[in-house]
Amino acid sequence: MASFWAKEVPATIIIAALLVWIMPMMIGTYTLTVLVIYGMLGFSLGLIWGFGGILCFGQAAFFGLGAYTYAIAAINIGDSTIPMLLAVLVPAAFAALLGAMMFYGRLTDVYLGVITLVVTLILFKFISSTAGPEYVIGKARLGGFNGIPGFQTLNVPGRPNDYIYGDPYFYFCAVLLLIVYLLVSWLLKSSFGRVAVGIRENEVRVALMGYDVSARKTVLFSVGAAVAGLAGALFANWGEIVTPNLFSLGQSAEIIIWCIVGGLGTRIGPIVGAAGLAYLKFLLGQQSMIDNTLLTGIILVLFVLFLPKGLVPAIVSLWRISFGQRRRVPRHGARRLRSRSAGHG
Amino acid sequence: MDLVFVIIVEMLYAVASLVLISAGLAIVFGMMKIINLAHGEFMMMGGYVTITAVTLGANVFVAMLIIAPLVVGLIGLVVERLVIRHLYGRLVDTMLATWGLSLFFIGLATMIFGNTTTGISTPISGFTVGNYQVNGYNFFIILVSIVLLGLMYAVLKGTRLGLIARGAMQLPDMAAALGYSPERIYMATFFCGSALSGLAGAILAPLVGLVPTSGGAYIAKAFITVIAGGPSLIAGLMASSGLFGFISQIFTFAVSPVMGEVALLLAAVVLLRLLPQGVTGKFFRGRL
Repeated sequence: MASFWAKEVPATIIIAALLVWIMPMMIGTYTLTVLVIYGMLGFSLGLIWGFGGILCFGQAAFFGLGAYTYAIAAINIGDSTIPMLLAVLVPAAFAALLGAMMFYGRLTDVYLGVITLVVTLILFKFISSTAGPEYVIGKARLGGFNGIPGFQTLNVPGRPNDYIYGDPYFYFCAVLLLIVYLLVSWLLKSSFGRVAVGIRENEVRVALMGYDVSARKTVLFSVGAAVAGLAGALFANWGEIVTPNLFSLGQSAEIIIWCIVGGLGTRIGPIVGAAGLAYLKFLLGQQSMIDNTLLTGIILVLFVLFLPKGLVPAIVSLWRISFGQRRRVPRHGARRLRSRSAGHG
Repeated sequence: MDLVFVIIVEMLYAVASLVLISAGLAIVFGMMKIINLAHGEFMMMGGYVTITAVTLGANVFVAMLIIAPLVVGLIGLVVERLVIRHLYGRLVDTMLATWGLSLFFIGLATMIFGNTTTGISTPISGFTVGNYQVNGYNFFIILVSIVLLGLMYAVLKGTRLGLIARGAMQLPDMAAALGYSPERIYMATFFCGSALSGLAGAILAPLVGLVPTSGGAYIAKAFITVIAGGPSLIAGLMASSGLFGFISQIFTFAVSPVMGEVALLLAAVVLLRLLPQGVTGKFFRGRL
């Protein structure tokens, strides 16, 4: 824990500051903002899937929920501070309920996947069908497939007319991502995080040690949803409109692809995967030779087949092989084994 | 009286279409423990094959019942050889890879057919019962799914091929020891599963406007039906299709079609929470 505060936190902050300083020279901040937001979204799934072993097919549900919560609350309240908080709390509470239902029922892999997928679909179908004027929450009309436009975007707390947009908004998002990253790193370094990784590796053993596996999984799931909800609120501010497409299966698929490509079980992998692939998609969107979806599909298939661990772990191990210090081979074991087999021979 | 008749027909139709769209996935999942998330896209391709064949001058029924299953089955064969056979036994990885394949096929169909809605008219005309109009094509779908279930049962239970397939499904090592290569059995199974998906897509094509992304409408339903059905292939398919079809139609009539869909999905969540191994994990154990 000491080395975490002494080494890792300052190093992360310095690298992040450098990136925030250099990147706007290459890519416009408008695009960069959405890359940062997608990075946060990828990070949320990377947390629960990579460290908790919970494969959620519906991370988009929490993303969309965060965005809708923000939009509805912002229209009703007219100031952005409380809506931002609600956009974190509502998805977290929703995920806690859903997670409690699933994890106390001891559902695993495929069944978990089906339920999260189904919940996303329910939200998508329901929100898409709310076009009529009877679907109103406070002053906000849900608007069906057209979504909700024209809500109060992010402002300086207490001053609804001082909007934060453009370059400052990018810095705001980047700092939030950094804070979330550090908080999650701290969580993973704590005993909670270690037990979570233990559950991923062997659930039965951790349960037999006396830890409440279901409760811990529920909490982790809920934390992941809170991060996704925050990303959703930021996305709503960036796009200035929320539509049911935030809940779509395609969105969920993309989050999973980011994690796979970036690398599961690492913190930075899903962020890199999300930002990288989203930027690739942005570049590919400017040409019309090859369909975008087709390329996304090919990337996913190739990664599952040839690089199932993802980019970041592959680069790290390549780095270790080329430049890293060789770990000393444990000679004791080797010698004993050899002498024993010699004795038998 | 007329209304009761119409409701019963609609109910049967809902169940039959669930059977139809889930059959291909059920075979692949039941036999090989692989979730093929590109299933919806196989159905979409079945629809496009039918439409293309009909515009080229083939008979509608020939196109639906013969050409589409064959073509989609062959595509499935290629997919199995290139991708899926490397991933046997890795459930989550196959799900991800087939999800990638589904995106790939959506992109491919968009490039070939364009992002526009195409369709053909239903080959069987409707008729009226009292004050209500009934779609004659619904009876065709009900008939096809009954024949399909009968055929699946007959093949699996009655023929030597079915016996080998069931053996390989239970104990692949033992089947291999007796001289039947599980790899070839899996290949054949995947062919059959894809062909059934193609058939389903072809038969449903006249009812819906076809777009490259229309597979997405089927995959979730098929996925839910198969998982909720549980380990027994045919009994599970019938049980969960019956249950979900019934529930969704009740809510469709009572409230609205959207609520019908939502009720179906909610029923699935509750069902999986109560019976995590699916319906046949608890009831009808050991049946086919």
